[in-house]
Amino acid sequence: MVELLIKGTGETLYMVALSTVFAYLLGVPAGVLLSVTSKGGIVENHSFNWAFGWVINILRSLPFIILMVFISPFTRLIVGKAIGPTAACVALIVAAAPFVARLVESSLAEIDAGVIDAAKCMGATNRQIILRVMLPEAIPSLVRGLSITTITLIGYSAMAGAIGGGGLGDIAIRYGHHRYDTRTMLITIVLLVIIVCVIQVTFDKLAYRVDKSNR
Amino acid sequence: MIEIKHLTKTFQDKSGPITALRDVNLSIEKGDIFGIIGMSGAGKSTLLRCLSTLETPTEGSISLDGVDYSSLSGQQLIELRRRMGVVFQGYNLLMQRTVLQNVMFPLSLAGVPKEKARERAMQLLQMVGLENKAASYPAQLSGGQKQRVAIARALSTSPEVLLCDEPTSALDSLTTKSVLELLYDINTKLHVTIVIITHEIAVVKAICNKVAVIDAAEFVECGSTKEVFADPKSDITKLLLGREEKKHG
Repeated sequence: MVELLIKGTGETLYMVALSTVFAYLLGVPAGVLLSVTSKGGIVENHSFNWAFGWVINILRSLPFIILMVFISPFTRLIVGKAIGPTAACVALIVAAAPFVARLVESSLAEIDAGVIDAAKCMGATNRQIILRVMLPEAIPSLVRGLSITTITLIGYSAMAGAIGGGGLGDIAIRYGHHRYDTRTMLITIVLLVIIVCVIQVTFDKLAYRVDKSNR
Repeated sequence: MIEIKHLTKTFQDKSGPITALRDVNLSIEKGDIFGIIGMSGAGKSTLLRCLSTLETPTEGSISLDGVDYSSLSGQQLIELRRRMGVVFQGYNLLMQRTVLQNVMFPLSLAGVPKEKARERAMQLLQMVGLENKAASYPAQLSGGQKQRVAIARALSTSPEVLLCDEPTSALDSLTTKSVLELLYDINTKLHVTIVIITHEIAVVKAICNKVAVIDAAEFVECGSTKEVFADPKSDITKLLLGREEKKHG
C-alpha cells in the first residue's frame, strides 16, 4: 500500500511538473502576444487580439475531462498511447497553456503604462520592452500566477487519474471509490492537501522575496 | 534647436474628435530652459508626448536640429530618442531594479558595456547626490530621491534635451526647490536644453528663461519669462499669476 502511494505521489508530481513547464513554454509567449496586441499595447492589433483571444477562450471553456477524451487521438499521435501519466500530460498542457496565457496577460497588465513609455523614450526596441521591462517588472505577479497554475494542475491531474492517467487521483478513485477503501481515500486526500499547502507556502515566500517594490 | 510648426493633435473619442492641441508653433533654442505652463487639461502633457515621440501629431511637424520627426522610423527613431531624456511626474522607475541598475538601463539598452555603463551611472548618481543609494530599490526612496534617480537616468545617454513633464508636481515645496536647482545646474553645467511642462507658475519663475502659456489647446502667449510675467496679455496668464500672489500673500 505504501509503495502504491509513493508511486502515485511520484506520478502526480511528475505530471504536474512536466505539464507546468510545457504550459509555461506555450503560455508565456501567448500571454505576451495577448498583452502587446491589446488596446494601448506596444503593437496594438485589434483583430489579431480578438481572434487569438477567442481561440484561448474556446480552449478554456472545454471541461477538462471532456478535453482529455476529445484529444486522445492527438495524444496517441504524440506519445504513442492514450493512458498513463505521460499521456495525461498532453491534455494537462493543452488545458493549462491557455490558462497560463490569461494569467500572464493579467500580470503584464499590472505594469504601469508610464514605465513602458519611459522605456520607449530611452530608445528601447519592442523586443527589449518585452524581455527587459515587461517580464522582469511582472516577476512577482508571475510567480503568484505560477502557484495558481501548479495547484490547478494538481486538481486536473487527479481528474486525469480517473480515466487512466495514474497518480494519486487514480488511487483515490480505484481504491477509495470503487473498492470502498475509505482509509486509502483519506490518505490520498491528506497527501494532496499537503502537496498543495507546500506549493502555496513556497511560492508565497518566493513571490515576496523576489518583489522589490514593497520594501 | 526644436521647431514645432502648426502642430495639431486630435484624439478620437466616443463622442467625437477631441482637439488636444490646435495649430501650435514654437521654437526652442539651444540652452533654453523653456517653461510650458497651463491649467490641467490645456494640452501641455499632449505637447510633451508629441515632443518625446510617444504621440504622433495629427497635423504639422516637429523637428530637432532640422530633422523632422515624421521622416524617421525604426533605428533612426531610436537614435532620435537617445538624444532626448524624458522625466515624468510619476518617475516611472523600474521597481524591480536597483537605483544603479535604473540609471544604467538606457545605456545597457544601447549596448554600452557594463563596466562603462556602471561608471557613467555612478558619476550621475554622484551628481544628483545619491551615490550612497546605488544599491537601494526605488521603493525605499522618497519622492524627491526617486525624481533625482529619474533625472540621472534621463541624462545617462548624454542627451541634448531634457523633457520634463510636471517633474515637481508630486513633490513638496522644499523638495521642489532642490529638484529645480538640480535642473538649473544641469542646464548651466552640462549645457542641456530643458523643456518643463508645469501648472505651477513658481516653477517657471524659478528657472525658466522662456515661457509659453497654453490654454484650451492653443498657445496664448510666448516669450521671455520676464517680459511675459511683467506684462501679461492674456487672461489665463493673469489668472495664473494672480493665483500665485494669493498663495504667497
